[in-house]
Amino acid sequence: MSYIVEMFHITKDFPGIRANDDITLQIEERSIHALLGENGAGKSTLMSILFGLYQPDGGSIRVRGKEVKISDPNVATSLGIGMVHQHFKLVHNFTVTENIILGMEPHKGPVIDIRTAEQKVEEISRLYGLAVDPRAKIEDISVSMQQRVEILKMLYRDAEILIFDEPTAVLTPQEIHELMQIMRRLVEEGKTILLITHKLKEIKEVADVCTVLRRGKFVGTVPVADTDEEKMAEMMVGRQVSFHVEKMPAKPGDELLRIEQLNVKNLKGVLGVKNLSLTVRAGEVLGLCGIDGNGQTELVQAVTGLCKIESGKIYLKDKDITHLSIKERTDRGLGHIPEDRQKHGLVLDFTMGENFIIHNYYEKPFANFGILNKKAIFENAERLIQEFDVRSGQGAMTPARAMSGGNQQKAIVAREIDRSPDVFVVVQPTRGLDVGAIEYIHKRIIEERDKNKAIFLVSLELDEIMDVSDRIAVIYNGEIVGIVDAAATNENELGLMMSGALRKTRSTPHPAHEAVHA
Amino acid sequence: MTFELFLQMFPIALMFSAPIILTALGGLFSERSGVVNIALEGIMMVGAFTGATVTVLLENSTPAAAWYGLLAGLLAGVVFSSLHAVASINLKADQVISGTALNILAGGLTVYLCQIIFHQQRTRSFSNGIQKFSVPGLSKIPVLGRMFFDQVYPTFYIAIAMVLLTWFVVYKTPLGLRMRACGEHPQAAASMGINVVRMRYFGVLVSGALGGLGGAVMVLTADIQYTLVSIHGTGFISLASLVFGKWNPFGVLGAGLFFGFSTALSFYAKDIPFLANLPGEFFYILPYLLTIIALLLFAGKSVGPKASGEIYDSGKR
Repeated sequence: MSYIVEMFHITKDFPGIRANDDITLQIEERSIHALLGENGAGKSTLMSILFGLYQPDGGSIRVRGKEVKISDPNVATSLGIGMVHQHFKLVHNFTVTENIILGMEPHKGPVIDIRTAEQKVEEISRLYGLAVDPRAKIEDISVSMQQRVEILKMLYRDAEILIFDEPTAVLTPQEIHELMQIMRRLVEEGKTILLITHKLKEIKEVADVCTVLRRGKFVGTVPVADTDEEKMAEMMVGRQVSFHVEKMPAKPGDELLRIEQLNVKNLKGVLGVKNLSLTVRAGEVLGLCGIDGNGQTELVQAVTGLCKIESGKIYLKDKDITHLSIKERTDRGLGHIPEDRQKHGLVLDFTMGENFIIHNYYEKPFANFGILNKKAIFENAERLIQEFDVRSGQGAMTPARAMSGGNQQKAIVAREIDRSPDVFVVVQPTRGLDVGAIEYIHKRIIEERDKNKAIFLVSLELDEIMDVSDRIAVIYNGEIVGIVDAAATNENELGLMMSGALRKTRSTPHPAHEAVHA
Repeated sequence: MTFELFLQMFPIALMFSAPIILTALGGLFSERSGVVNIALEGIMMVGAFTGATVTVLLENSTPAAAWYGLLAGLLAGVVFSSLHAVASINLKADQVISGTALNILAGGLTVYLCQIIFHQQRTRSFSNGIQKFSVPGLSKIPVLGRMFFDQVYPTFYIAIAMVLLTWFVVYKTPLGLRMRACGEHPQAAASMGINVVRMRYFGVLVSGALGGLGGAVMVLTADIQYTLVSIHGTGFISLASLVFGKWNPFGVLGAGLFFGFSTALSFYAKDIPFLANLPGEFFYILPYLLTIIALLLFAGKSVGPKASGEIYDSGKR
């Protein structure tokens, strides 16, 4: 049995944190080796060392049996190591081919030979079943296509060892399935894959071997066939993890959020939300599920005030908020965990402490007579970081940009849950998070529900919707095609509704109709 | 306006266009590589001063003095812009502040050097700058010959050649692709093994070369000596042309011609019946007024290089 990559006793320190502590990793050729760990367990750091982005403080690396020093990504490339980064590194207004050839452009005389390059990209794309158009511009193609461009970049450079850094975090379930097929195809063609992830399902589905890290330390390496999700979760978190949310039956009270006959245009200028009515009551979680792009984004943005609506009404605690600003809505008790954490959730160049007080920076104790109170801001941040286990190198002083995606997500969740809003719009709250963190956040959401708050949960993860919700509304093509009891439905029924094949008439008459005449 | 007047305006308009186009192309290189270069004005001043000085000093020894002046202006631009490169790339200073500092420095520096070399606050006047010429054959073409080939400054042709060369380099060569990548997404470029720092140096130094050349062209065609007000905002007009021309060489050519004509118009306005009643001062402010209007109309819509003005930090996610 030959190992293509071996990393021995790797240690790496960052300011305030030991990211990797004596980690040993051996990768077999032509296998899919998963690297499992919580957010901040040191997976990305270890892979960045292998790719030459960081230098280890201790340990050694062997590639194909030879000891190597990977001083920068160019060395990694020449060793046949390629990496698909979690945040894509693509130039938005370049074509697919231009992005791929950047840095090693084929040329005739002084001119780039774009024709030859396009042909080669086309060939590779066909060989691995990637179906990428070499002439398309990056800004015009979907996220999953962009990811394939990243894969093509490595293949174009004849990479043999492919590192995928949490590749499924940005994909829909269907796209994840396609990616798994692509990975298998790559292995068939002789590549070796290193998959960084914290999703147990994916490991079970696609990986051969799994190495688990916890808080920078090596926990163990197991063949995937001999283990199950529960065991891997326990290795990763260090304790037993429950995959199911413990909760009492809901005791729904007053309607806190009421949406009536809402119409919203999407970015393309057509109606993304059509004549939609919904209510969320105090003390319940209403889940909204649907395939990505069926109007969820427009609905959420309309409710939270991020976009304009065409017609309809939105009531918060019986007050019309249809035309109020975001700030006014927030002040009246609306909370929001946004879909796009970097765009709408955080100011990336602010510190954690500053991001935590972004709603109420002007209130006591964070400000006195218009002057920010550094001490109060710091204490508030330290408390939330502790409570929600946000891992950041320099605590309250860490710039949001310097944190991993999962920890950015935890920070937003911490800030919003801590405000305890009466009506809480929660979009993809556990996106990019590991099972331990998911368990905790679900528990906190249910606690909010039990404090008689109204929770509107929007998620693409069907498991999450079914576990956390009390009622589930299914959105298809901008319309609600049915509302069902979470306890009385199953994945099949929801799947049929999500694809538009099945419609369920409401079991209870919708109160919105009466309100229209009132 | 008579047609004759229109034809007369042409060579003058082209003369004013040449330095604007050259300098704006310089700005294009800098911004495409990711560095905002507001120092174009100062670079032009330094180029103009050097061009005029070298011309004056060599005038008695060689008939090609003005051409040496152009070359000297170009080199001086490179040297001067290297200050901007060091400040904004190595020292990671705010690029607008660094550019502003250079603009202020240029005024003081050139006048100071004039005082040392010529014992006055301006250069001595040169007797021959770049000379007009007529292209044999082509200048005889009816109408078109009068417009583009009869009694024109060769500097306009240099500008046209630079437009074509810039287009070729920026859009057709590996160098151009890499440079644009640095201006759009430097982290992406770096991940492909491109040296972002070196690429940005290239962009800034080329902008210095073209800006310095532009300054020298301006003083050696439209003036008789360098003074503190020789450039009078042309660097900023070039910057506006860059925005107006959407960071594209041919767009820059169009914008440069537009501003060249608006400058020429101020000289011919009193001969145009329906414009003659307006006060003369109005036409002197015209190019600047049009700059503001053009920026208001186009600035919002045109998109420049995404990472232009952004300090490159290899650790940024």
